[in-house]
Amino acid sequence: MTETVTTTTATNPAILEARGLTRRFGGVVALDNLDLTVNASEILGLIGPNGSGKTTFFNVITGIYQPSSGTVTFENADVTGASPQKMYHVGVSRTFQRSRLSLPLSLFDNIMIGNHKRLNQGLWFNLMRRSAFKDEFEKNFQAARALLEIFSPPLVKRMFDPVGALPMIDRRRIEICRALISEPRLLLLDEPSAGMTHDETAELMNDILLVRDQTRNLTIVIVEHEMGMIERITSRCVVLNFGRKIADGPYRSVAADPLVQEAYLGTSV
Amino acid sequence: MKEMNLSRVSSHAPLWPSLAALVLSTVYLIALLAVEEQTLIIGLLAAAGVAVIAANYVGVSDAVSRSFAEHESIFSLCAVVAAFAVAAYFHDNHFVLLLVVTVILYIVATLGLNVQFGYSGVLNFAGASFFGIGAYTSAVLNAHTAVPTLLVVLIGGVCAALIGSLLLLPVLRTRGHYAALVTIAFALLFKTFLEVNDVLGGPQGLQVGGMNILGWSFNDNLSIGDIDLSFYLNYFLVSMLLLIGAFVLVRRLERSWIGLNLDALRLDETAAGCFGLNIARWKIVSFTLGNLLIGMAGALFGMVGSFIAPNNYTFADSLILVSILLLGGIGNVWGVIVATIIVVIVPEKLQTIQEYRFLIYAILVIAVLLFRPDGLLPRPVRRYFPGARS
Repeated sequence: MTETVTTTTATNPAILEARGLTRRFGGVVALDNLDLTVNASEILGLIGPNGSGKTTFFNVITGIYQPSSGTVTFENADVTGASPQKMYHVGVSRTFQRSRLSLPLSLFDNIMIGNHKRLNQGLWFNLMRRSAFKDEFEKNFQAARALLEIFSPPLVKRMFDPVGALPMIDRRRIEICRALISEPRLLLLDEPSAGMTHDETAELMNDILLVRDQTRNLTIVIVEHEMGMIERITSRCVVLNFGRKIADGPYRSVAADPLVQEAYLGTSV
Repeated sequence: MKEMNLSRVSSHAPLWPSLAALVLSTVYLIALLAVEEQTLIIGLLAAAGVAVIAANYVGVSDAVSRSFAEHESIFSLCAVVAAFAVAAYFHDNHFVLLLVVTVILYIVATLGLNVQFGYSGVLNFAGASFFGIGAYTSAVLNAHTAVPTLLVVLIGGVCAALIGSLLLLPVLRTRGHYAALVTIAFALLFKTFLEVNDVLGGPQGLQVGGMNILGWSFNDNLSIGDIDLSFYLNYFLVSMLLLIGAFVLVRRLERSWIGLNLDALRLDETAAGCFGLNIARWKIVSFTLGNLLIGMAGALFGMVGSFIAPNNYTFADSLILVSILLLGGIGNVWGVIVATIIVVIVPEKLQTIQEYRFLIYAILVIAVLLFRPDGLLPRPVRRYFPGARS
């Protein structure tokens, strides 16, 4: 791997570091001794063919899977094997490849699920102190409204409609709002364009760039198959194949890498 | 679509359609309870079916539900008044008042079950067992101690919640159907335990002492002036208090962040976990709170009936509670009320179907699941402060 380019925005410190990260499922090695660094405030593209371990990487980072070996450091603290709850509380938030919204619940409810750590969860507060609860509700309603305003003003009027009534692109927007409402430090986007048309994808990427411009200190890792999008929005790309990192650098240089082309197109015999 | 939503937020649906529906239902209920002749009852039931279908067809039920949604708190008060009107009408009729009290306490129990099934999705097929724990608690405490009977009701609930926590470990370690199996096993074990346990009366059961608050004995008939009142009116009062308390509690629970947590974990445990939700904690909260309500209803019901036996708390009785939930619309507290009224009162009035009641429940559940899977009154989207802008 000596030839992988490591031109990063060298001034920014690492926000997330994976060292020797391995995850096995029986005999399958989904992540194989992966070293990956995410720098603060960058947009990192994570690409690779199907089954190369991109989603597994997200699942290990967010605590859904435990790593078989290796370490994960987030903002200089060791978070290897931390629970999903812990990772959310330290500021890592995500979307899912197969949109995992709660369809019967309203837009507002879905966004508030992402705001869990900022809501008062006390039984007494929720059941007995209704006027204090109302104040907290109002505050969070305004926050959700402001966030939704960035993504899609028309949706603001539909705050109390079930999410199941929305088209795919709006569901993705709500999913991203749910991940952003708690102001995470690191946002993991798992194929946000899955199931959307080309134009819709472009629209969504604009939204993501807009949010990033408005939010200081937000770092994004995005898994995406639309290379046009990756080229447009990422500052750096990491390419995985069979759970290993095969290239690391700006999109243009990794796209030109023969190893990457081989991974996507196969070996010429 | 968009205009519709706007109008729903800004327009003001009048109060009268829902009130009119409430008055009609109350009058109808009184008529149904008063009539004894079987053919007349069948006619009344058929008329109700036709009326509901017709109301749906001409759009009346839409107007009613919109008016209800906007004025729910006033409607709730009127519903309480309606319940008192029914009780007042039958003030000297033991049989009907016992039936009304049974409906009320079953509603409280089903509200508890609703917190478990409807909100957090923890399947509990041992509802009748927890109801029974409450009843046996009041039997034992009233016979052997001088604990104030109102407190006994609360202790009955606490006992149900505590014994329920024995089930927590297996329930938390399993998901969906497997958790349901754990509760089914508990329901079967519970009845067997009662039957072989001589201290608790064995298969013959136990007498339960009546309620007594500061010398006011609930099992004595009352009279105001020349009017004789059934002693069941005492129990009606206390049951209504319990129901109002349980209803307000469950309603507030649903309309809070906790209700949101429970829904989130029912719909997608993994996603909820990724947003910080402590799955075990909220399952424990909902299971315990649900059992508390079921146990309190059971403790009071034991005193109302004054006699309990293991055969009243079988797995089949648990299934009746679940079928009430399915019929009414899982997660909708008003659906629970409507469905309990139907499931408890209809077989009791329609003596001809008494023997076939389980058959009819089964057919009812299958029909609901096939044709109206969300129940008679499907649960609406959560509004935290209905009537206000949001």
